[in-house]
Amino acid sequence: MAIRTEPFILNMGPQHPSTHGVFRMRVTLDGEVVLDVEPVVGYLHRGIEKLAEGRTYTQNIPFTDRLDYLASMTNNLAYVLAVEKLAGIEVPERAEHLRIIMAEMMRIASHLMAVGFFLNDLGAMMTPVLYMWREREKLLDLFEMVCGQRLTYNYMRVGGVSHDIPEEFLPALRRFVAEMPGLIDEYDQFLAQNEIVLARSKGVGVLPEDLAINIAASGPVLRASGVQWDIRRGDPYSIYDRFDFDIPVGSAGDCYDRYWVRVQEMRQSVRILEQAIPQLPQGEVCAKVPQLLRPPVGEVYGRIEAPKGELGFYLVSDNSIAPYRFRIRPPTLINLTALRDMVIGWKVADLIITFGSIDVCLGEIDR
Amino acid sequence: MTIALNGEEVAKKITEVVPGSVAAADKMAVVVGSKSLYQVAEFLKSTSGLDFDYLNDLTAVDYLDYFEVVYHLTSLKHNHSLVLKTRCYEREKPIVSSVVSLWRAADFQEREVYDLMGITFEGHPNLKRLLLWEGFAGHPLRRDYL
Repeated sequence: MAIRTEPFILNMGPQHPSTHGVFRMRVTLDGEVVLDVEPVVGYLHRGIEKLAEGRTYTQNIPFTDRLDYLASMTNNLAYVLAVEKLAGIEVPERAEHLRIIMAEMMRIASHLMAVGFFLNDLGAMMTPVLYMWREREKLLDLFEMVCGQRLTYNYMRVGGVSHDIPEEFLPALRRFVAEMPGLIDEYDQFLAQNEIVLARSKGVGVLPEDLAINIAASGPVLRASGVQWDIRRGDPYSIYDRFDFDIPVGSAGDCYDRYWVRVQEMRQSVRILEQAIPQLPQGEVCAKVPQLLRPPVGEVYGRIEAPKGELGFYLVSDNSIAPYRFRIRPPTLINLTALRDMVIGWKVADLIITFGSIDVCLGEIDR
Repeated sequence: MTIALNGEEVAKKITEVVPGSVAAADKMAVVVGSKSLYQVAEFLKSTSGLDFDYLNDLTAVDYLDYFEVVYHLTSLKHNHSLVLKTRCYEREKPIVSSVVSLWRAADFQEREVYDLMGITFEGHPNLKRLLLWEGFAGHPLRRDYL
């Protein structure tokens, strides 16, 4: 007698340790095989775009911290760069360098979390992530020195940054930059050559190159699929054109490549920091910008290479003190578009690591 | 450096293929009629020399007189970009054709615009609210929603 089976629907999340926040996946399963996935988002929706239309350009900076809260500095940077482009504001040299230093430190911190939690999802419960946390802690200490905050920094200003760095910052950063490459090597040796990691992540959750471009994937997800596109190089902003760094590119577009690209990017970020520290000039850290900024009538789309992908701000000004339209282009929401294609036919455990390898942040998806 | 293509020049090319589609054009952007949007988008994606294969961002702005749907396009092949816009003068039930079949990047973003701005995208395979729940009254990003 044949056993009758039928597909069933499983709700993963919104409260589930593998979903990295309040995210729900409506999964249709045949036994353990995934037949369909529908991401359900919006649990953390705070209406930031609407709120921002009622506040001044400066008051909106703290909102950007609360998008991708694992990379607040880069969110600040993306927003102030867009406003500066809209209003035509020049930024002092020292501030430009400080911004690059903060953005690259933030990239390392964000990738540490991504890599750590990816291994967590693989089943290496908490041990790797605590090591990653240890390194990230050093970066958070550095951020605390600069602006007194450890998570939501609100450090960048339109025209520069809010404070100059304290005396003890550069020596501490130099120590970090000196020891970090060795630590990355050490972790990489333990993890990237681990047979279980390789068996679980190689060839799993493949995102082909043409699909990656079609869904406008960005950041490590796009580069792991073999597209050499990094906005820092392709459309340089701030002073990235003065630094020497490589763009790591994967070939297979699988979970392992996304992990590998992030590890390599941490090394490149350390390289940028090594170049930026000795170049740091003296001088002002913020241009003179009126508190109630009134940019001329117009619109701008400013984008940067945030740790998780292309973070864009589309601002429309009507020459008043508040933006007429404040649109955030969230990289991870758009990277999620292909989740369904990546996991169909795989098992539930592979769904979890594929989702983990995209590296999402729900603050940014839901806004 | 990504080169922003001159909207006026692109508008000339569009008019040759889809006559009467361009409503306005300046250096920054091309505005096309909402009826011919899909044809124009297809032309921009598939014409060699333009090759807009990457839809960065899709959003909408409420100017009270009309809704403007904004497409930021990039060609990774040539590293150039273009801003494409279309306008809807209908306030009760604005309709724009969906571009999901060209760029799947539009999938979630069109759902978001439908959710928060109330613009219907014709041809979208799964057009339902993205961030708010089914049954929510109104569209919060409209300027007259308080």
